[in-house]
Amino acid sequence: MPFIPHTPDDVADMLGVIGVASIDDLFDEIPEDLKATGLGRVPAALSEMEIGRLMSERAAADGRALNFIGAGAYEHHIPAPVWAIATRGEFYSAYTPYQAEASQGTLQVIYEYQSMMCALTGMEVSNASLYDGASALAEAALTAVRANRASSSRRILVPRTVNPTYLRVAEAIAGNQGVRFESVDFDRKSGRTLLESLRPYEGSDITALVVQQPNFFGVLEEVDELNDWAHANGALVIAVVNPTALAVLKPPGSWGAPGAARAGADVVCGEGQPLGVPLSSGGPYFGFMTTRMQFVRQMPGRIVGRTLDAAGRPGFTLTLQAREQHIRRGKANSNICTNQGLTVTAATIYLSLLGATGLARVAEASAARTAALVRALTELPGVRPAFSGHRFHEAVLILDRPVAPLLAALAERGIFGGLDLSASHPELGCALLVCATETKTDADIARYAFALAELISTPYVEPGAAALNSQTGA
Amino acid sequence: MSDIPSELQYTKSHEWIRMLPEQKIEMGITDHAQAALGDLVYVEVPEIGKQLAAGGVCAVVESVKAASDVYSPVAGTVVASNTALAERPELLNESPYTAGWLVRIELDAAASVPVLLDADAYARYVAASAD
Repeated sequence: MPFIPHTPDDVADMLGVIGVASIDDLFDEIPEDLKATGLGRVPAALSEMEIGRLMSERAAADGRALNFIGAGAYEHHIPAPVWAIATRGEFYSAYTPYQAEASQGTLQVIYEYQSMMCALTGMEVSNASLYDGASALAEAALTAVRANRASSSRRILVPRTVNPTYLRVAEAIAGNQGVRFESVDFDRKSGRTLLESLRPYEGSDITALVVQQPNFFGVLEEVDELNDWAHANGALVIAVVNPTALAVLKPPGSWGAPGAARAGADVVCGEGQPLGVPLSSGGPYFGFMTTRMQFVRQMPGRIVGRTLDAAGRPGFTLTLQAREQHIRRGKANSNICTNQGLTVTAATIYLSLLGATGLARVAEASAARTAALVRALTELPGVRPAFSGHRFHEAVLILDRPVAPLLAALAERGIFGGLDLSASHPELGCALLVCATETKTDADIARYAFALAELISTPYVEPGAAALNSQTGA
Repeated sequence: MSDIPSELQYTKSHEWIRMLPEQKIEMGITDHAQAALGDLVYVEVPEIGKQLAAGGVCAVVESVKAASDVYSPVAGTVVASNTALAERPELLNESPYTAGWLVRIELDAAASVPVLLDADAYARYVAASAD
């Protein structure tokens, strides 16, 4: 596709035709007080040389440490063919082309992706992807508000076992549209969301319940009873799921006790990064969303369908576009979403290469590596597991001293030891969220355990207590 | 020339209104509107019991090329919705004034029926907008 710039003469000609003096005049209808006058934290433009150097430095900093942080982004092995194929000229674009139907190959990749996501989640229809897992939850909340027509409260229950970053993003996006997210406490012993904590909401108008599986602590929720509770109380179920875990866990489309009046979650979303997308210091990733066919018109984002052309040959097309902003304008289901063409292409290739068996092996190996990590670390004095609930590939550990200084000291030794939960979940005390995937060997785990053992070998003295001692000593 | 039955009343946003006994109305979109939209593929009607504000959205009709909101000319409560349109949206193209009705509304006690267009006035309005 050639890049054809507008010359100043072209611009002047076009403005002349519509009778406007300058480009700025095109934005006259926006009130002055709404216009951004500066972009604050966005830095000034860099030259090619400067940006090349900056990005090389950033790339060099990425992936050097031995990483035990999960918390929503997971380091999995990416088979070499994934990016060798995804970066071929035929695929290598971040965007769905305009005149989409002229690019049948691109649409077919998205169609295959949608089919795979439906199979993984057990749902009937998928969109072509969203920005990331967090914005996917925001869009899922808005989808549920549109879909649950018997509810007018716009209240969505969010257990504290849901990724706190997702909640912040959902509040930022949907909060301004009158959606209220209400926090539900978890069981300190198991790390799960209990039905008891939902009882106070029975009899009130709840639009939806969010259920994250595995939850933010890596613990498996009792999804069947949560799903049935929501439906019995007129609420829809928004499932937030890890796609790797779906290879071995019950798909959200089948959540609910056998014989439940209405089986399955209603909207399923999550972060697609574990499927062949590198950590890259935080992005770009992609979000996924699937739902029941009954709610397809409430779902945001592009959807690719398979159809027949005038000559009866199969082909692919964008479909149900009346939901989208190029037709519906301000009343579109979403005015901020797009699909993530390139990372979705990688995920589609990743899933095709691994297949159901391969993905299940990744999931089982990751769960086994995390179990080994937890065993190694909890053998150390002053380290114990926080929860008794069943785990997937993450675990919360409780330490006898603040986590942040330990993580800093581990990072100096080239180890990212996990995520400090003291800011997001202060009720847990000195809590550390750790993760090991299939990429971590016994030697890696031993290296982490050895380093941590060294750091906590001296008994911990609280800073306040130390000051007091030195005062009495003086 | 589109069909504009003389016994109905009309809005400038191309809804038709049939007065029913007991402070109720039935409404839909006009033959002109369905022709302009083209083949409908989806019709969303409100839940029974939904409260409608005068001028508020009461239904959505979607064709292969556009989606449009349908507005209630009165404040009231939905007493019936044409759920047959969910399976057969083409009823609205085929019979916009009969089988293709959208919603029946019971007017709020305090609500007054707004001034609507009669068939002649609506026909003139459609003809004028076509110029």
